Amino acid sequence: MLIAHLDPLASSIFSLMAIASLLLAFVMLGSRWLNNYLYAFAAESWIIAILSATVGFYGGYPELYFIAILTALFRGLFLPYLLWRIVRRLNVAREIHEILQPSSALVAGAFCVIFSLTVGYRVGQSLGLANTVAVLALTVMLSMKLIGFLMLSVRHEALSQILAILVLENGVFLGAQILVPGMPVLIEIVILFDLLIVVACFGVLIQYLLAHAGTTSTLELKRLVG
Amino acid sequence: MMVGSLLFAMLIAPAVAALGCLAFRQPAIAERLNLIASIIVFATAVPLSILSANGPYYYWANYIVVDMPGAWVTLCTAIVYLLASIYAIGYMRLLENQHEQLWSFYALFAGFALTVLVSTVMNNAGLYWIAIELTTLVSTFLVGYERAAESVEAAWKYIIIVSAGISLALLGTVLFYWCGSFVLGPVYDMTWMTLQQSASRMNPTLVSLAYLLVLIGYGTKVGLAPMHTWLPDAHSESPAPVSAMLSGALLNGAMLGIVRYLAVADSAGVGSFARTVLVALGVLSLLIGALFIVRQDGIKRLMAYSSVEHMGVVAIGFGFGGLFGVAGSLYHMLNHSLNKSLMFFGAGNVMRSFGTKEIHRIRNVWSVYPVQGSLWLAGAAAITGAPPFGLFLSELVILRGGMERNYGWAVAAMIVLLIVIFVGFLNHFREMYFGPAVGAGGNVSAVSKWCVAPMWLAFGPLLLFGLWWPSGMWEHFSAIAHVLSSASR
Repeated sequence: MLIAHLDPLASSIFSLMAIASLLLAFVMLGSRWLNNYLYAFAAESWIIAILSATVGFYGGYPELYFIAILTALFRGLFLPYLLWRIVRRLNVAREIHEILQPSSALVAGAFCVIFSLTVGYRVGQSLGLANTVAVLALTVMLSMKLIGFLMLSVRHEALSQILAILVLENGVFLGAQILVPGMPVLIEIVILFDLLIVVACFGVLIQYLLAHAGTTSTLELKRLVG
Repeated sequence: MMVGSLLFAMLIAPAVAALGCLAFRQPAIAERLNLIASIIVFATAVPLSILSANGPYYYWANYIVVDMPGAWVTLCTAIVYLLASIYAIGYMRLLENQHEQLWSFYALFAGFALTVLVSTVMNNAGLYWIAIELTTLVSTFLVGYERAAESVEAAWKYIIIVSAGISLALLGTVLFYWCGSFVLGPVYDMTWMTLQQSASRMNPTLVSLAYLLVLIGYGTKVGLAPMHTWLPDAHSESPAPVSAMLSGALLNGAMLGIVRYLAVADSAGVGSFARTVLVALGVLSLLIGALFIVRQDGIKRLMAYSSVEHMGVVAIGFGFGGLFGVAGSLYHMLNHSLNKSLMFFGAGNVMRSFGTKEIHRIRNVWSVYPVQGSLWLAGAAAITGAPPFGLFLSELVILRGGMERNYGWAVAAMIVLLIVIFVGFLNHFREMYFGPAVGAGGNVSAVSKWCVAPMWLAFGPLLLFGLWWPSGMWEHFSAIAHVLSSASR
């Protein structure tokens, strides 16, 4: 097990990156402009790529370098580019009707982190890993999940929802690099490709939404109830 | 060897059909290709599920497995795929404005069947997740196929809610891998069998957390309440054959994942907790189903909420566990697949003929369609669990399983809610068949034989399985119940 006997330097680097990506999730949560979401998402993906490479270096998993390159290319460049194209085509620069002010969203996000920390600490304790980076990894993993769900519920521009889903997945990916670096490469690669397809599907659907429902704000999607 | 070639034929047939549809771009060819593929799938799935009793069989470096629980879901999928493909020929021709695009429908349809079939034979928990994710992506476009504002809205809600839910299942999968890495070392093959066998040495707290995440994640896909919100929209807005596939095939495919993880949780010693949560979600689904069925005005939404209800019943059965619980649930899966196909086909026909989805505008079904109407009415009685149909038997066995396992509260709740649903569901049918006519009857158009034949094909076995539970099938189920619990001993 890598995390049980990790040298302090590696441990601090992992922690730093996990926290940096959590901060970027907060940047996304607190911002009104779609472009800022996009930059924060790209930056987060790059951090995850660097993290993969670092874990590969310290844990002796050379295949993680490959994953790091793919992550940087797909999540860090290609996905943001696809989304940026959608933003440009849609001509929506920001969230127009906010359900929750960004400041309130940030506070709610903070509560999510506290909750995740409690869960992470409990699990860490029961595994005898309470003083390792595992607790932090679990916390970041869970809180990025919760923040993603928060974004899904308070944002309703179609594109923000796609980004929220990608944040959900980023959280899992980040945690997985630290907790289970040995997870078979095949699966990670397939998941990366899968993500591309997901975004492509979303892109097509947004076109449909615009053409047939006449809007990209999901607040307007209220024909089907009951 | 035999199993290998059957499996290959089963997976290659829809793949070839999908590619063929894309290559020829001809509606007539696409129709036939898809129908042939569905016949091949059915013809191979039947022997596969019988032969799986001698297995499990592993292929492609352990990534693919033909085992009894998986092969059973494969069989249910194959049945619905066949029925829906026959039905689609008649139904899709009615959508006149999209006739030229029909090939794309069939390509997606065959692709959808393929992804569901693949998910049932995945032996690796990670690949299973990917297969389930792919089913969502393909079926999204089927849900939005009619391109009306409502269908697009349904497709959007479907993909957003299900992707978000399924990402929880991914987290759960990663945590399960982590659980295993304490026992098996950092790198191992995450097959169902390895997980189940090493579970007794996993940390129970972590297993509980991972199981909950997986349950909520795949539960979203199964349509268990309160994660069911996408289901009525997607089922009601997609073309009727797609609704049948979503309801009868896809939901079972995702339920399979929950069942497999439940077996792992059992072996890890957190079984009673895991089961209680599953039963609670099942009861909640029944409750939500009952409430919305009573007050429903959309004919297909009525069927969709009935799917929420029946997935709740299946979840309760697996949650009870034991021979009766598992056997009842497996039988329920099969009967529900047959019955819900029948109901969606009938709903599609009525919708097309009366030109409306609203129950209060559909009247005098019986006098308009004496034969087909009787069939649909019998299906409605069957889906509410009335004898002498299959669902009556399976629900009874599940209830008995619950009493054996000391889940008295769940059994009581299930009985009450099933009665509420029985009354509420059939009340809508009473109105449609015997209610006073409203306004001008409008011109009711006839439906083709392609749209009625699959209703008969579904009805026959449904009645048969209600009157006679084959003893071979019972032995098969008891073997599955054994497989799902054996590794813990």
